Amino acid sequence: MLLNITEKILARASGKNKVSPDDVVFANVDKVMMHDVSGPGVIAVFEKLKKTGMKIEKLWDPKKVWVAEDHFVPAADKISAQNVVLLTQFTKDYGISKHFKYGMGQYGICHTLSHEEAMVLPGEVYVGGDSHTNTTGALGAFAAGLGHTDVAYVLLNGKIWFKVPETLYFKLNGKLPDYAMAKDLILKIIGDIGTDGAAYKTMQFGGTGVSEMSVEERLTLTNMTTEAGAKSGIIEPDQKIRDYLAQRGAGNYNEIHGDANAQYAKVYEYEISELEPTVAKPFSPENVTAARELSSIPLDKAYIGSCTGAKLDDLRAAAKILKGRTVKIRTEILPAAISIFRKAMDEGLVKIFMDAGVMVGPPTCGACCGAHMGVLAKDEVCISTTNRNFPGRMGHVESQTYLASPLVAAASAVTGKITDPRDLK
Amino acid sequence: MEPFRRIYSIATPLDKVNVDTDQIIPKQFLKLIQKTGFGQYLFYDWRYEKDGTPRKDFVLNDSRYKGSVILLARNNFGCGSSREHAAWALLDFGFRAIISTSFADIFYNNCFKNGILPITVDEQALQKLFESKSEIEIDLEKQTVKNDNVSLQFHIEPYWKKILLEGLDDIAVTLKHNDAISKYEEKQVSNPRSS
Repeated sequence: MLLNITEKILARASGKNKVSPDDVVFANVDKVMMHDVSGPGVIAVFEKLKKTGMKIEKLWDPKKVWVAEDHFVPAADKISAQNVVLLTQFTKDYGISKHFKYGMGQYGICHTLSHEEAMVLPGEVYVGGDSHTNTTGALGAFAAGLGHTDVAYVLLNGKIWFKVPETLYFKLNGKLPDYAMAKDLILKIIGDIGTDGAAYKTMQFGGTGVSEMSVEERLTLTNMTTEAGAKSGIIEPDQKIRDYLAQRGAGNYNEIHGDANAQYAKVYEYEISELEPTVAKPFSPENVTAARELSSIPLDKAYIGSCTGAKLDDLRAAAKILKGRTVKIRTEILPAAISIFRKAMDEGLVKIFMDAGVMVGPPTCGACCGAHMGVLAKDEVCISTTNRNFPGRMGHVESQTYLASPLVAAASAVTGKITDPRDLK
Repeated sequence: MEPFRRIYSIATPLDKVNVDTDQIIPKQFLKLIQKTGFGQYLFYDWRYEKDGTPRKDFVLNDSRYKGSVILLARNNFGCGSSREHAAWALLDFGFRAIISTSFADIFYNNCFKNGILPITVDEQALQKLFESKSEIEIDLEKQTVKNDNVSLQFHIEPYWKKILLEGLDDIAVTLKHNDAISKYEEKQVSNPRSS
């Protein structure tokens, strides 16, 4: 029987030779992540268990646990400040040494750290207390988000149940044109299959379109599989992944690859060489249309940030547009991790942004989830490189968010209206 | 947790598709870390005016559905953020069961962990339930949903059925029975979860 990469990873993790879609496996977890929202949630679950008389003296393996501070940092208010204190005490009590703290060197959005810091490696089973945990599947790992109770369970036991998902295979032919990015492509795909089009399925990407794509661009594809309801997103590791991880000091891992001619529940084929810049209108990521169709939409803000749209390649794309130009609307660029912020400075990107009049800020999930650090007012309209545009996602419930690539967001910042980068004078 | 056997209640009809967890419990309440007390913030932005007065046109404020413990929802309920606060808020408000044509995966699992029964039914049955005003009986032992218009059986994994029927804590149970689970799991092939 031929297995695809997801089936092989789950078989390996549950000590089996083979698994099939719909099998339930009790898989050993290799890495688990929580952040400053799911972490306190997990702590609440622990407290409840303790009240029932359960003794929790140690975790299954503190070395396999890592923690990010990203949603409410810099501390949005007194309660968020207190939550960071709580989380810090937890990591201290249970001996978790990989806690990326705001204001102490490297920190950033959890999903960005997962690849920037090589926290997760090919072939691993990785779970996290956040729905966009799927992102890290681009490294060739099985990566899936969990609720707080499930994360608490993994912390205690190192295992979790999975129903082996069916895999939808997206074969991407050709190479993206220079005015389109992985973001345009994944929005197009979500528009085609819908926000529940991959519910409890894995979305796997392959073909020349993927091999030509940078590692960071691949991460944009897997990041947004969540928006199609997918259990996970995954890409087979190749030399680009090996080089990327080697640059980050990781070389000791066992890659897993699917069998040639493995089975998929469905195969979708895309010719991507002439992909149009694509935008998702409010209030759903599936509500897509060509950027050019929306050129009359006036904007109040452009946002280039988040795990989806503030990796180094995203910032380079924005800089390509913003170089020598100035923005016409309020524009914020928040690199997704401090390491990326530093590279952006070293490459001169931050200077380009500031010369253009952009506000450059620290890594945070704040504005993407409408929590703090630049939320939208009633009736304000934003173009954003983030991943969700549900009602109120980025602020007031009557604000509006259009999802776009960094190229489209930067071009729109310059004109003040939704703009296809090809139409920028 | 309180055992779930049979409930009998009118249902609150929430006639919207793709209701994401940020609508269920908006982001500003995620900072609160106790597991109880979220019910007052459930569907906050839809439920209250800016000045905090209840919005008359929102179904949770409709006196006809007061005391209802069953929520009728549309496709892809619970999509978006993985925040378990969404399940906490629904339970704290009083909902013990949600009936829909489909649920987002992480939310679906979070429900069982907090004593809420998510029931997946087909489009036609759901429509009938939305159109009917009569009380609904959900019997978990028999796996049935019944009212004047509808009588159907739903699917639930045997494990979750047991957890809900006995009001057990998922973590405590699984830690106690790790070996047995591993043995069971080696033999077992699951059924698709939708009925």
